[in-house]
Amino acid sequence: MTTALFSVAGAVAVLASVLVVTSRRIVHAALWLVVALGAVAGCFGALHAEFVALVQILVYVGAIVVLVLFALMLTKAPMNPLPGLTTGRSPFAAVVAAVLALILGAGVVLAFGNEKVKPVTHGSATDVGTEIFKVWVLPFEVLSVLLLAALIGAIALSQRKLSERSDKLSSSEKED
Amino acid sequence: MPLIVPLLLAVVLFCIGVYGVLARRNAITMLMSFELMLNAVNLNLVAFDAWRLDGLATGQTLAVFVITLAAAEIGLGLAIVLLLFRGHGHVDADSARDLVEVDAVQQEKGAAT
Repeated sequence: MTTALFSVAGAVAVLASVLVVTSRRIVHAALWLVVALGAVAGCFGALHAEFVALVQILVYVGAIVVLVLFALMLTKAPMNPLPGLTTGRSPFAAVVAAVLALILGAGVVLAFGNEKVKPVTHGSATDVGTEIFKVWVLPFEVLSVLLLAALIGAIALSQRKLSERSDKLSSSEKED
Repeated sequence: MPLIVPLLLAVVLFCIGVYGVLARRNAITMLMSFELMLNAVNLNLVAFDAWRLDGLATGQTLAVFVITLAAAEIGLGLAIVLLLFRGHGHVDADSARDLVEVDAVQQEKGAAT
């Protein structure tokens, strides 16, 4: 039953992610990303990792895709199909990806071909939360510092230069 | 469930992400491919956690941490992309060549003139 659920969600994820990287409409690609990430969340659920699945939906679908859509809006992404969205080196890229898939797939099959996953529920918010605050507290705190650094970095990057701002200010004063 | 099923799915997703990063030209679509690759890693982490069951929820905790890292990464990445758009008027990764090394050919040309 879990295997069937997992396979369905996995097939949806693979289909949607192929569309993400091949769609000629950039907004469609961003919306297929929602389907792909949601399907991966379904896979997490089938592996009894409910908390990770919920965080996936909350952070990925709720925040990251919205951020991507905002960036598309701010960079004036066109709605019509763009033939130039994929470069001419895509056959080469496909060969690289296929070779990598062969190598990784062979390694995984050789190493873990006979292992089984036991269906044990160990992934509720209580379980994961207890372990995070009991065992993984230090990484958790380091992660919060990293988030702060990323926040400051994003603000510093998106700030206009002081000279630009004063130019703008003086020009607007002249208009008045 | 055989452990191989989630691992193979992760391999496929990761390679689709690799293809996207190599073949796409728009910087935002490249960032979307990064997200696919990070998702494949998360799938691996959760699958190995369900396999090992070490009682510490190691894989699931690490997966949550990776999701947080992905959020930080996409925030910074999109800030850089918006900066690129403000300076150049495009988000084309191929023609953003401000930091390109001067070719030997160009140097020779400069020396000749």
